Amino acid sequence: MRRQALTVRALTLYVKGVLDRDELLTDLWVQGELSNFKAHTSGHLYFTLKDEVAQVRCVMFRSAAQSLRFRPDHGMKVLAHGYISVYERDGNYQLYVREMEPAGLGALHLAYEQLKEKLGAEGLFDAARKRPLPLLPRKVGLVTSPTGAALRDMITVAQRRFPNVHLVLAPAQVQGADAPASLVQALRAVARVPGMDVVIIGRGGGSLEELWAFNDEQLARAIAACPVPVVSAVGHETDYTIADFAADVRAATPSAAAELAVPSKAELRGAVQMALGRMEKALRHRLQRERTRVLVLAQRPVLRRPLDRVLQQRQRLDDLGRRLSLAVAGGVRAGRGDLAQLAGRLEALSPLGVLARGYAIALDRNGAVVRDATSVRPGAEVRVLLHRGRLATRVVSVEPADL
Amino acid sequence: MPKPKEQSPATAALTFESALVRLEQVVRELESGDRTLEESLRLFQEGVGLARLCGQRLDEAEAKVEKLLDMQAGEPRTVPFAAGDAQ
Repeated sequence: MRRQALTVRALTLYVKGVLDRDELLTDLWVQGELSNFKAHTSGHLYFTLKDEVAQVRCVMFRSAAQSLRFRPDHGMKVLAHGYISVYERDGNYQLYVREMEPAGLGALHLAYEQLKEKLGAEGLFDAARKRPLPLLPRKVGLVTSPTGAALRDMITVAQRRFPNVHLVLAPAQVQGADAPASLVQALRAVARVPGMDVVIIGRGGGSLEELWAFNDEQLARAIAACPVPVVSAVGHETDYTIADFAADVRAATPSAAAELAVPSKAELRGAVQMALGRMEKALRHRLQRERTRVLVLAQRPVLRRPLDRVLQQRQRLDDLGRRLSLAVAGGVRAGRGDLAQLAGRLEALSPLGVLARGYAIALDRNGAVVRDATSVRPGAEVRVLLHRGRLATRVVSVEPADL
Repeated sequence: MPKPKEQSPATAALTFESALVRLEQVVRELESGDRTLEESLRLFQEGVGLARLCGQRLDEAEAKVEKLLDMQAGEPRTVPFAAGDAQ
């Protein structure tokens, strides 16, 4: 039986279909060595990836090529991410590359992403775990290299902000294979120092490989478990290390970390002074309010002129007195006219006038008037004044008055 | 160092941060003006004591830069660290 013959085109399409439907081939990473690298004027990149026994043709279109963070070169070992399909014109399958990285670096990035995801899932980076930095730390720990600018910068900034700050350096290696363990040990040791209230862990800037220790899993866990708040300071403005995510606060540089961890003494003092000032003002106002209250009350007539009533009474008194004097004086004036009349009346009242009417005045031996009969004894001498003349008499008998 | 008369034992134990927080509270209460004169005077006294404590805390730290040694040990030793040691 004769088989149906396919056109080349149909065949190619068929193969393409097979490849396009394969799960692996539509999204894969391939590792190989770059060769025949050609950058077209169009911006598209054409090259071959090969190993000892095989090779595959690759194309990276301009849009993808623009995001390359390195310059691909002949002989470079790379990791390429993309899909396999068929280039119909040539009858070749090709790797269409979307992303590419140097193999060494690529591996690092992968590890970074995977660790970040793993620790993130465990909740190590949760915002809720982040602790606030103390306002006034008793001691500030520095986990960093004892040589190098980072330490110098941190000391300078710290002492500038707070002249009597107490710093404790826990020296560690900040790059190389031994760095992670060294950093962990230093961090744990400095956190044990009594009075330690905040720790800065970091180093100056560097390449990804140089900073790599700060992406270590054990270090991240040690930072998360640290009993004292940690500020990470890994000298890279934009890139975050795993340590940055694990720390309570991330600073872009060691100097910035010192600014965050160490307060400004002048500012703190200023805050206290301001509070004192506000208090004094508030109290002054309060006292002023009280004083005003008292003043207002004091304005009331009852309190302002308490003597008023007394003075009023006195005035009345004076008035009456004056009128009395006037009356008396008037009376006297009036009296003068009736003097003769008065004289007559007085005369009538005078004891001498009384005598003329027949009354007698009895005087005892001492010359005192006798009014009470019992004040003399029988036989006592009594002189009697008459209207005309006197009598010297002796008491015969005494008769008391009828009561 | 003798304790200032205004400080109660509770105040004297406060950290700078706690004292400052309480001080700001006292200021707000005084500024509200709705306390009796007696309470206002008492609050003022407390505030003065707190401000004094804050000042003490700011000054009591000792300027020092130390380096840890024997970091594996339970309690690491410290020695003074000279700026010259950092190259």
